[in-house]
Amino acid sequence: MDFSLSEEQQLLKDSVQRFVRDEYVLESRRKLVASDTGYSEDNWAKMAELGWLAMPLPEEFGGIGGGAVETMVLMEEFGRGLVVEPYMSSIVIGGGFLVAGGSKEQKTELLPKLAAGELKLAFAYAERQSRFDLNDVECKAEKSGDGYSISGHKGVVFHAATADKIVVSARTSGGSRDAAGITLFLIDNNSSGLTRRDYPTVDGLRASELEMDGVAGTVLGKVGGGAALMDEVVGQAIAAICAEAVGCMDVLQETTNEYLKTRVQFGVPLSKFQVLQHRMVDMFMECEQARSMCYMVNLKIADEDPTERAKAVSAAKVQIGNSGRYVGQQSVQLHGGMGMTDELHVGHYFKRLTMIDTMFGNKDHHLKRYADL
Amino acid sequence: MDIQFRDGDLAFQAEVRQFIGENLPADLRDKVQHGLHLDKEDYVFWQRKLNERGWFAPHWPVELGGVEWRPTQHYIFQNELVEGYCPPVMPFGVRMVAPVIFTYGSAEQKQRFLPGILDSTAWWCQGYSEPGSGSDLASLQTKAVREGDHYIVNGTKTWTTLAQFSDWIFCLVRTSNQGKPQEGISFLLIDMKSPGIEVTPIITIDGSHEVNSVFFTDVRVPVENLIGEENDGWTYAKFLLLFERSNSLTGGLKQQLHRLRTIADQERANGAALSADPGFAAQLADYEVQLRTYEFLELRTLGNPNPGAEASYLKIIGTDLQQLASELTLRAVAHYGNPYIRDALVHGYNQPAVGPDYAAPAAPQYFNYRKTAIYAGSNEIQRNILSKAVLGM
Amino acid sequence: MDLAFSDDDLAFRDEVRVFVKDNLPADIAESVRQGRAIDKPDIQRWQRILFDQGWAAPGWPVEYGGTGWDATKRYIFDEAMSEFDTPETVPFGLLMVGPLIYTFGTDAQKERFLPKILNGEEWWCQGYSEPGAGSDLASLQTKAVLDGDHYVVNGTKTWNSSAHIADWTFTLVRTSSEGKQQEGISFLLIDMKTPGIDPNPIVSIDGGHHFNMTYYTDVQVPVENRIGEENKGWTYAKYLLGHERQSISEVGLSKQRLRRLKSIAGEERSDGESLMDDKSFAKKVAEAEVLLTSHEYLNLRFLAEEAAGRPIGAEVSLLKIRGTEIRQQLTELTIEALGYYAAPFELEQLTDGWNEPSIGPEYAAAQMPQYLFSRAATIYGGSNEIQRNIIAKMVLGL
Ligand SMILES: Cc1cc2nc3c(=O)[nH]c(=O)nc-3n(C[C@H](O)[C@H](O)[C@H](O)COP(=O)(O)OP(=O)(O)OC[C@H]3O[C@@H](n4cnc5c(N)ncnc54)[C@H](O)[C@@H]3O)c2cc1C
Ligand SMILES: Cc1cc2nc3c(=O)[nH]c(=O)nc-3n(C[C@H](O)[C@H](O)[C@H](O)COP(=O)(O)OP(=O)(O)OC[C@H]3O[C@@H](n4cnc5c(N)ncnc54)[C@H](O)[C@@H]3O)c2cc1C
Repeated sequence: MDFSLSEEQQLLKDSVQRFVRDEYVLESRRKLVASDTGYSEDNWAKMAELGWLAMPLPEEFGGIGGGAVETMVLMEEFGRGLVVEPYMSSIVIGGGFLVAGGSKEQKTELLPKLAAGELKLAFAYAERQSRFDLNDVECKAEKSGDGYSISGHKGVVFHAATADKIVVSARTSGGSRDAAGITLFLIDNNSSGLTRRDYPTVDGLRASELEMDGVAGTVLGKVGGGAALMDEVVGQAIAAICAEAVGCMDVLQETTNEYLKTRVQFGVPLSKFQVLQHRMVDMFMECEQARSMCYMVNLKIADEDPTERAKAVSAAKVQIGNSGRYVGQQSVQLHGGMGMTDELHVGHYFKRLTMIDTMFGNKDHHLKRYADL
Repeated sequence: MDIQFRDGDLAFQAEVRQFIGENLPADLRDKVQHGLHLDKEDYVFWQRKLNERGWFAPHWPVELGGVEWRPTQHYIFQNELVEGYCPPVMPFGVRMVAPVIFTYGSAEQKQRFLPGILDSTAWWCQGYSEPGSGSDLASLQTKAVREGDHYIVNGTKTWTTLAQFSDWIFCLVRTSNQGKPQEGISFLLIDMKSPGIEVTPIITIDGSHEVNSVFFTDVRVPVENLIGEENDGWTYAKFLLLFERSNSLTGGLKQQLHRLRTIADQERANGAALSADPGFAAQLADYEVQLRTYEFLELRTLGNPNPGAEASYLKIIGTDLQQLASELTLRAVAHYGNPYIRDALVHGYNQPAVGPDYAAPAAPQYFNYRKTAIYAGSNEIQRNILSKAVLGM
Repeated sequence: MDLAFSDDDLAFRDEVRVFVKDNLPADIAESVRQGRAIDKPDIQRWQRILFDQGWAAPGWPVEYGGTGWDATKRYIFDEAMSEFDTPETVPFGLLMVGPLIYTFGTDAQKERFLPKILNGEEWWCQGYSEPGAGSDLASLQTKAVLDGDHYVVNGTKTWNSSAHIADWTFTLVRTSSEGKQQEGISFLLIDMKTPGIDPNPIVSIDGGHHFNMTYYTDVQVPVENRIGEENKGWTYAKYLLGHERQSISEVGLSKQRLRRLKSIAGEERSDGESLMDDKSFAKKVAEAEVLLTSHEYLNLRFLAEEAAGRPIGAEVSLLKIRGTEIRQQLTELTIEALGYYAAPFELEQLTDGWNEPSIGPEYAAAQMPQYLFSRAATIYGGSNEIQRNIIAKMVLGL
């Protein structure tokens, strides 16, 4: 048992830290968020150059072959910087699907481009009625010629506008809430029959509503094997997003502590008031607990036992949801009026943490899943 | 990073399990499992078993009777004992005063006291708190005045756990009023049979006799029972507190969870098992998630030779969870938390149980466990420590 | 002890219900139902309707245009209003400076200001906080120096809600540096059109422009705009804070929110059924509702005390604490109910002229800004930490 980083992992951490420090002061992030694409292509190219896009991808397809811990290291620092580039959508999830389910040809064609920053992916899964159930799928795919034709609606698809291809879950058989009969497809973003409505999200990212009417798709993985594939890859995504959340929480905890030491009211720094001290300690403990679970899930995500893996994923997501909520809300509270401003970074971390709870199922959803496992 | 136990660890785990299987009598295991009352003989029996195997004081230096284990092994060992429903080891001798003795004591003191602790012939208790000095321990007033080769001790100690069974008490006493309150405290080992010591019980809210008041009237304590230097007692006490707080709680929490699950499986609600009730199931899952978090928090701090801040937050979170489990258990037994028949908590009670047989300890344990957030430095005090030491506030 | 309403009370309730039903403009009700921010003209429109009915300021004495209702009637009125999608009362004029003026103001001040507060013509804002004086309000530094028959005001106020659309501001200014901090503060009413006043927007985390940083440079304020005596401003401010805390109990508002939450959760789907049928979600809604009920009864107990002529002390802080916590709980549950559709954040959707289809369900867009802004409720009006300090000291004697 060992919770320390290897030398290479530490080097990786240092280099992301440098990147975040240099490229991600709040002002430059603000500009990115307001820009057309919502992030910087230059940053994306830099991430490719530094090998981060290739990090979790297999070596035989132009990747570096890193594991969950490497992704965790990256995501934590991205969380510290509130990085808006589509690493999660494109690399962790999109790449994850190709690695786990792609055919030899798909991997050979697409993975090297993904690693080089020449291809971006997004993942369309949510539907109006589905809430957090990945297997509640009404989008339909029908055989047409030697491919498939997909119709239906997908909601809140992160980074769809800038993706080249989108992974879509659709039903090839079965009733709308059956796990069996779901298939994943790759569709081109410029396909005919696809209408997209793009918009910003509250945490500074971009998302889209997709309307599909006979969009041509190629199968990713096995026909009818979508549920298992999503379970695996979304599990990895959750492990990664936990790390992002830990990064966010640490920044909030540190910033708030610093603020209380400098803000003077009643003739003393606020840090002298015991209620605020204890509140800070509770925030600190939440951070430590979140970090523990983040390590736990990233170390267990490769576990062979699917139940053990699923339990680890849901347990971590619950803890991250609880901790993120507490740390986010209290950071705003302890900053007083300043915490409510758009100008201060605190509110932005708070918003990201709030939305991380919703991603891939909130704490209630995962508590229920955990209880059922 | 990895969380695999090594092969050696797994073999060790098997070895511990085997030892427990071979040495823990079924009736003793039963008592522990069902939360029944344990007698002094029960503790002594088990401590001797451990000692025969050389495992009673694993964290001591090897030459004094310890074992050279890796942190992971200590961890496995502690948790296996608890998960196997072994009686807990009484900490006052082996985990508390002994480290002080072998770290700060004289050669004579080591020779004189450690063997009795090892073979459980000498039973110890801790005399720190006083009626006027709880959280603010340094304000303690029990006086020790030097007279020739003896100290004359006068004062009152309180909340003294198991003093009624103890042969010895380690005490903080005031030997000087000069300087800061911390600077006039000494650490004395006192024979409980000394004339002038009187022990009176304090009955706690769960109806049990666990703690006592200990009155000292002109008690004569030989100077050679002073640990280290006069007026340096605070240093030794602080050292000891670290040990007190760095006990792993994971195993005990798992045991509580296990008991709770068993109960929730047998209780009925809406025509099904309580554990299948979505509301209760969610609370159980929530508890389990928190426990998992706690376990990984402990694992992360494992092997830290200097558990300062970590010990404080582990104490807070761990005791919160102890209380939560006892609360959920009480809720699970519903109406049958009400009957209170003191004798039903004693092994061998042979009347039929009122309600289900697992119900009797639920309420007493819930009430008793309120103590965990108070003793060993209350959770408020731990937060004070953390805000100062870690957050620099 | 008696919970029943008299026949007279019941008849009155019907009267209010009928009135609101017949007179609340549909477009305003719709905006409230959707949780959109209601802008100044709409609020003025509704206040005018109430004013014409004689109901604009139920709590004011009859002689100043109030209703003279007893506590029970006022409760019934609030309750009946909250059954409909009526907009929240903007507190600054009606609930804050108005009562202050009729309690401590001169006849001239009463005549000048009260009628236009009552009919909604003049809009007020509160100028208390400063960058260096938040919870520790008494440390404020904005200076007012008497020069002939004018005060000359210099300094910076911050977090001024609505200052950019207000006609007047009531402010605390320092007129003396002698003695205790509290003893050198005066209470001024300032025309926002006076030269030298410069409100600057502060954008809040919900993306909205609610509050401002306001700079005062050599602003001339006629002496007759001072409330009461010079250097006694703190007394008046404290009186007013008491008022503010009571109005902040937000029972009616929370009932509206709870209704909205239930209707949204009723529409949302989870595991193939309505989210309201999801046990764990329904349980959380029930918990919030129970808290709201206990809060309502707390509020009623205070009303009864007041009706019996017994003074209400610092306990009133309880209402602020619980009221704002419940509000946050409800807004949080509402965004939870939305699932993924809490994320889209296109503020244009909330503006009047928006006529494209909504992103996701139409009720979604307004909820996240509401949640984010509700985080402020435990900060303003004396933060909840400060309220707890007050209760600890004044009620529990700690
Ligand atoms: C079951 C049990 C067994 C015990 N066994 C022993 C024993 O064997 N030997 C022994 O010496 N002692 C023992 N104790 C005593 C224990 O260590 C004390 O109870 C503890 O130190 C608290 O002291 P107190 O009870 O005087 O509470 P107080 O110190 O009076 O505290 C009362 C409350 O105030 C809080 N508080 C105090 N100071 C602060 C502060 N500065 N900031 C914030 N909050 C504060 C506390 O957290 C607590 O909630 C035992 C206690 C119990 C309950
Ligand atoms: C949305 C919004 C609208 C507002 N509108 C107005 C307005 O119209 N007019 C106006 O004058 N002001 C307004 N305010 C300002 C509001 O009154 C202040 O924000 C409030 O008084 C807190 O002051 P602060 O922001 O400086 O926080 P600080 O006083 O710096 O407090 C920071 C944190 O420390 C805590 N704290 C401070 N002192 C103590 C203590 N002694 N013990 C324990 N905890 C403490 C606080 O509770 C808070 O959590 C508004 C604020 C907001 C957020």
